[in-house]
Amino acid sequence: MSAVVSPIREPLVTGGKTYHQITEDICSPTERTPSAAWVLAFIVAVTGLALFVFGVAWTIWQGIGTWDLNRTIGWSWDITNFVWWVGIGHAGTLISAILLLFRQRWRTGVNRAAEAMTIFAVICAGQFPLIHMGRIWLAFFIFPYPNTRGPLWVNFNSPLLWDVFAISTYFTVSLLFWYTGLVPDFATVRDRAKGIRRKLYNFLSFGWTGSAKHWQRWEALSLVLAGLATPLVLSVHTIVSFDFATSVIPGWHTTIFPPYFVAGAIFSGFAMVQTLMIMTRKILKLEDYITLEHIESMNKVILATGTIVGVAYLTELFIAWYSGYIYEQFAFYNRVLGPYYWSYIGMMSCNVLSPQIFWWKSLRRNIFVTFVMSIFVNIGMWFERFVIIATTLARDYLPSSWSYYVPTWVEIIIFIGSLGLFFTLYLIFVRVAPVVAVAEVKSILKAGGDQYIGPNANKAHHGSKEAAH
Amino acid sequence: MSNQKKDILYGLYNDEEYLLKAVDHANAEGIEITEVFTPFPVHGLDPKLGFSESRLHITGFVYGMLGTLTAFLFMTWVFTRDWPIIFGGKPYFSAPAFIPITFELTVLFAAVGMVVTFYIICGLGPGVTIPTLDDRITDDKFCIAFDVTNAEASFTDKLKGFFSQTGAEEVNTKNI
Repeated sequence: MSAVVSPIREPLVTGGKTYHQITEDICSPTERTPSAAWVLAFIVAVTGLALFVFGVAWTIWQGIGTWDLNRTIGWSWDITNFVWWVGIGHAGTLISAILLLFRQRWRTGVNRAAEAMTIFAVICAGQFPLIHMGRIWLAFFIFPYPNTRGPLWVNFNSPLLWDVFAISTYFTVSLLFWYTGLVPDFATVRDRAKGIRRKLYNFLSFGWTGSAKHWQRWEALSLVLAGLATPLVLSVHTIVSFDFATSVIPGWHTTIFPPYFVAGAIFSGFAMVQTLMIMTRKILKLEDYITLEHIESMNKVILATGTIVGVAYLTELFIAWYSGYIYEQFAFYNRVLGPYYWSYIGMMSCNVLSPQIFWWKSLRRNIFVTFVMSIFVNIGMWFERFVIIATTLARDYLPSSWSYYVPTWVEIIIFIGSLGLFFTLYLIFVRVAPVVAVAEVKSILKAGGDQYIGPNANKAHHGSKEAAH
Repeated sequence: MSNQKKDILYGLYNDEEYLLKAVDHANAEGIEITEVFTPFPVHGLDPKLGFSESRLHITGFVYGMLGTLTAFLFMTWVFTRDWPIIFGGKPYFSAPAFIPITFELTVLFAAVGMVVTFYIICGLGPGVTIPTLDDRITDDKFCIAFDVTNAEASFTDKLKGFFSQTGAEEVNTKNI
């Protein structure tokens, strides 16, 4: 293929693809029998899911006493996991919404899978506050519905209730955004399928035809949804941070939390996107769509947000010292050098120090290094939430209430199981839906500089017109 | 809207550049295009087809405002009229604390309202089946369609001439 490759920018889709090849490459994984790698991964994921179900059932049957929570440490692995999963859920909407508004065309290669990841991560996150309630059968009490107790309404001034609204709105809007993007691609799969599969995908594609007027409205809708999702994604983790920041616990009561949490969320979300994309592109052979350029761009985001998070950690320590308030000073002294010092070391080394290797271009473009780093970042971000929650609660105002928290086997299997839930959903997704946004990739194929034949095409560098026919 | 079947004469093009040229050609000749189908949104096509800008974003604003008012007025009513409770020594009407939920419901109403409106005005939805002209339209073919139900033979011939002039790869008739 006589492709014109811009000396300034790498093409967004490599391999000189035609429109039909794009359809073929992206849709065929949903049509083949699953590969051995997929089956193996699915068995592992479902085993994890079974652990999750068992752990949750055990908790509900026996009660919250099966966890190591106590009067002082009322939140621990459960809320750590909740915040960790919500944070991971931020990258998808960031990629699809904010990068859409900034006209970053490379997002088309990864946005579909990243949005799916968002939705599944929010599903995992939502489990934890529910099971933490203890009496999960009363979970509907969190909604303001007219009830027979007055009606006694929920407390609209409480950040925990804001969380309910933020997470459920975020989930709904992400789901609508993702599905509306999927509709034309389901139509592509439908038109390749026969029999029962055709009926199924016709149902999923809502009867999409590709009419020019529909495309116009579809683009208008995507743009406004992106505009709405952008402040939404920033608001969600801000509100999650309010759970801590509006309390009066030293170490939590800080105004730096909202930006610090949002940066951390983007950081961990991109790390999880890297973990998934590196595996997905390899297993589904999508290296031409999810290119090294994508991986490098995302590594730059990881470096930037990791450094922001690092600045936030140091600012926190400085302000604690500078405040002159001994309880605050003790909270941070304890955070760094107290009984959980090992988790602070884990957080600092995984989140702040290790991403600095991405200053080197060769390491940013190294797939193995990126994969290892993405795992590191996820571990580090889990530690960050644990550090904030457990170390602070373990040393409160009354030394007589001080204690040390160790998770029980139930809490451990629920956390590991939530990974099973996440990967089960993700693996089902890669089987039934196009993992890369087919229509959107086609729309940037020529803008990427590869096969443009329009009025401004540089004919001298391009194959004859007949070749394009 | 009639459910009667129509005879559709359509041509398939291999590239959006040929499609755009063909649409220009049709406009110059004064041929009215019934519909255009493409595998992805083709930029620059809408003005050529004479589409006005979509008004979906206006509906989005209206739904959003509805959400803002619903959330803010409801919380105000609950805390000042229906069941006033003092939380943390703050006044009953503590507007700053209402902001997060007001914002979330604004976004929720706008997004849900717009998406539902989009599917309704496009006539799409779960279980809807619209017969398509060609399976390759969602793959790599760009289609211009003319309604030729009860059309005179001379008109149909003119359209066929148009397709061959503009380089359509295939020209077919389908009754859908």
